[in-house]
Amino acid sequence: MMSMKPLKAVGSKWWAAMLIGVAGLIAPTLALASYDVNIPPPASPISAQIYGLHMYILYVCLAIFVIVFSLMFYSIFKFRKSKGAKPDVNFHESTLIEIIWTAIPFLILIAMAVPATKTVLDMKDTSSPDMTVKVTAYQWGWRYDYAAEGIGFYSNLSTPWSQIGMPGEKATEEKGKDYLLEVDNPMVVPVNKRVRLLVTSNDVIHGWYVPQLGVNQYGIPGFIKDVWFKADRVGTFKGQCSQICGKLHGYMPITVIVKSEEDYAKWVEEAGKKWSNKAGAVAAAPAGEPEPEGPLALADLKARGEKVYATNCVACHQANGKGMPPAFPALSGSKIVTGPVDAQINILLNGKPGTAMASFARLSDLELAAVMTYTKNSWDNNVGKAVQASDVKAKRK
Amino acid sequence: MASTTAHAHDSHDGHDHHGPGPWTRIFTTTNHKDIGSMYLWFSLVMFFVGGGMALLIRAELFQPGLQVVQPEVFNSLTTVHALVMIFGAVMPAFVGFANWLIPLQIGAADMAFPRMNNWSFWLMIPATVLLMASFFVPGGAAASGWTLYPPLVTQGGIGVDMTILAIHILGASSIMGSINIITTILNMRAPGMTLMRMPMFVWTWLITAYLIIAVMPVLAGCITMLLTDRHFGTSFFNAAGGGDPTMFMHIFWFFGHPEVYILILPAFGIMSQIIPAFSRKPLFGYASMVYATASIAILSFIVWGHHMFTVGMPAAGQLFFMYATMLIAVPTGVKIFNWIATMWRGSISFETPMLFAIGFLCMFTLGGFSGLVLSIVPVDITLHNTYYVVAHFHYVLFPGAIWALMAGVYFWLPKWTGRMYSESLGKWHFWLSAISFNITFFPQHFLGLAGMPRHIPDYALQFAEWNAISTVGAFILGFSQLLFVYNVWSCIRSGEKAKERQWESADSLEWTHLPTPVPYHSFETPPDLRGAKAAH
Repeated sequence: MMSMKPLKAVGSKWWAAMLIGVAGLIAPTLALASYDVNIPPPASPISAQIYGLHMYILYVCLAIFVIVFSLMFYSIFKFRKSKGAKPDVNFHESTLIEIIWTAIPFLILIAMAVPATKTVLDMKDTSSPDMTVKVTAYQWGWRYDYAAEGIGFYSNLSTPWSQIGMPGEKATEEKGKDYLLEVDNPMVVPVNKRVRLLVTSNDVIHGWYVPQLGVNQYGIPGFIKDVWFKADRVGTFKGQCSQICGKLHGYMPITVIVKSEEDYAKWVEEAGKKWSNKAGAVAAAPAGEPEPEGPLALADLKARGEKVYATNCVACHQANGKGMPPAFPALSGSKIVTGPVDAQINILLNGKPGTAMASFARLSDLELAAVMTYTKNSWDNNVGKAVQASDVKAKRK
Repeated sequence: MASTTAHAHDSHDGHDHHGPGPWTRIFTTTNHKDIGSMYLWFSLVMFFVGGGMALLIRAELFQPGLQVVQPEVFNSLTTVHALVMIFGAVMPAFVGFANWLIPLQIGAADMAFPRMNNWSFWLMIPATVLLMASFFVPGGAAASGWTLYPPLVTQGGIGVDMTILAIHILGASSIMGSINIITTILNMRAPGMTLMRMPMFVWTWLITAYLIIAVMPVLAGCITMLLTDRHFGTSFFNAAGGGDPTMFMHIFWFFGHPEVYILILPAFGIMSQIIPAFSRKPLFGYASMVYATASIAILSFIVWGHHMFTVGMPAAGQLFFMYATMLIAVPTGVKIFNWIATMWRGSISFETPMLFAIGFLCMFTLGGFSGLVLSIVPVDITLHNTYYVVAHFHYVLFPGAIWALMAGVYFWLPKWTGRMYSESLGKWHFWLSAISFNITFFPQHFLGLAGMPRHIPDYALQFAEWNAISTVGAFILGFSQLLFVYNVWSCIRSGEKAKERQWESADSLEWTHLPTPVPYHSFETPPDLRGAKAAH
């Protein structure tokens, strides 16, 4: 311990200087805390625990940082050759010091592990939920099924491609406030209820990630994983897919709206009318409009199809139908599109294995018929015939 | 020793003009110095290839919206950037150092298997060509992130198969290199060079080589299963056929986590040579440094689950992997404290290698803190796959692995070439790198905390400011590295003559027992070190 004497002798002044310096660096950072330099404000008991844990560990790390960097920079300034420092070549071993700086970090780690363990156990306790929602991820959006309420619906990005743009093609519309964080049909849950999520996937691995609710859970095809949250206030909470899942990974946001119990009950009633999945109707009508019965005119179908195309197809096959070959083939001039309708229905319903072309069976018969009519009668394609919802229906198993 | 040099016909002067022509020499050389240099030049080229991809990524992320590349090309860029940097830049660079330094530091004439040495270098060329060519085949390069998770990766085209084959070849090359290194260290030490007298660089490489031999075959098995899933109808990772995508993650990360230490342990070795040399004092706690390195290596096998806290593993699994991961902080802390204690009561000067070494110490410590934050399961769950993770691993890999490599190049260049690099250019290189690195990556902590996922080509408006700053930093950082190339090049071409012992306190064998520049053939008769003072 002879070796530690210089620290004590000159330590006090240095300590003060370093502490003031570091405090000066930290203070503005903390003042900025609301401007996206930290975890967003928690909205559930678990995310509150996570927030607290992070701050606690951050402060412990800051304390260690101050000590380690003080010692390092003290050495750098004090023992400079240019100031005539002479090396103490015999100071190169001390079992006691080694034991101390092995034991102290170990104790600090225990102090970190204890509260972390408690939170882990709380997070994993998915027992006695007030309600359950099944979350199915697909390329590239989400489906929410409320089993008890008999509601099921899809939730897709609602930011138009005209705000996003493409390389070489400037966005034609100004980016909105919720750019890339807005969806057509948000998930809705009641406040102060334990909501259990059953997360799975339809194709590749995705991640259902809403930081303010303290949830980040992979959806793994073929497996169901459960996780829970309890929103502690009414509001809108945003998240995104957290696991790379292909081309449009950056374009599958999550929105959760937390409502009061009465408002939630109203929502369930309305949603039940639009999106009932009780009769096993996987393909429900979009956005609440009742679908017209019977055959439609080509122009009507084409107009409907253009909208479907803009939501589901345009990212890969492009607005001009030219695609991005070879990964995303052109539809304009395509033999499959202009040929017999069965082949096209088959691809839309089943996807094309081994490629990024996924199944679009989740769209309604009418939507599929409309988008096929659109592709058959746009760009260089001029088939002149419409595809009717009944054609698609006949092909569904 | 002629039997091991395989250059028995050469004269003893390596710079003779009667040997093979330059092309024949490049293809057929079995000399550890030639092969070491080839590894280092190769890795430098790959460093700029991978860096170019990084700049394309940052250019796309400069503003929200899509401006530079299509989303799927963006995904390929992030995937191949990682593979190139790991397998093409950092690992070969450390093997280059191993080739140059291990025989010199243990008093051997060459590596144990000189022809295999040549082969393990040349295998990397077709592998790299395959990897880079995958950008130009139908379907493009692998676009699943470097972790190649199925089922996403099974959607890819032939580019994925080319990537798998490239990784197989690179893995074979690494395994051969490691066998060579282990055999050389265990069998060819000069008399008196006991294991506990070896320089730390040799020790760290001995441990790293064992890690490589242990985990590269695991990776090979893992990607072979991918290949058969893709083409031969197996269902290892396909739930519809009774498989499990999660199993891929377990196998991949059983390789992947030790791999992280493969990238950093030799860097620890280089640090343990440079810091004592410029502190003019022996390394503090040599024995504990050896034990700490071994502990880190052993622990690295039982922490892979911390990459998978969000798959939904049981609480017991999460807790086990959290505790094991936290434990790694202990030996890592020991190393940091030992380096600081080495500087304590030393006589420090700040030539370029030492600047990079101190930069390493500071930045690696910060990367360690963010690693500790990420080890805590609940915090990891909210930060998993966000930019916080991107910031964390770039803090430990860029100023960790890559600055250690650069420090090593500046440190040994005078010994290797007999010429001195430009000290002022080196300092410019360091300060520009240090400042721009932090401009690039420090804001990424904020982005991650605020919830920005990684692997996305476009982002919400709330992330715009920090991304713009990060991109500006990245371009300064990228272009600053050209100073390094210029400095190395001009040193070799026209640098001032280096001193016989450029760093007077560097005390491993290459400094104490060999002339400057090191002759083409060294230690044809091993030095007798019995009874000599230990040199760490």
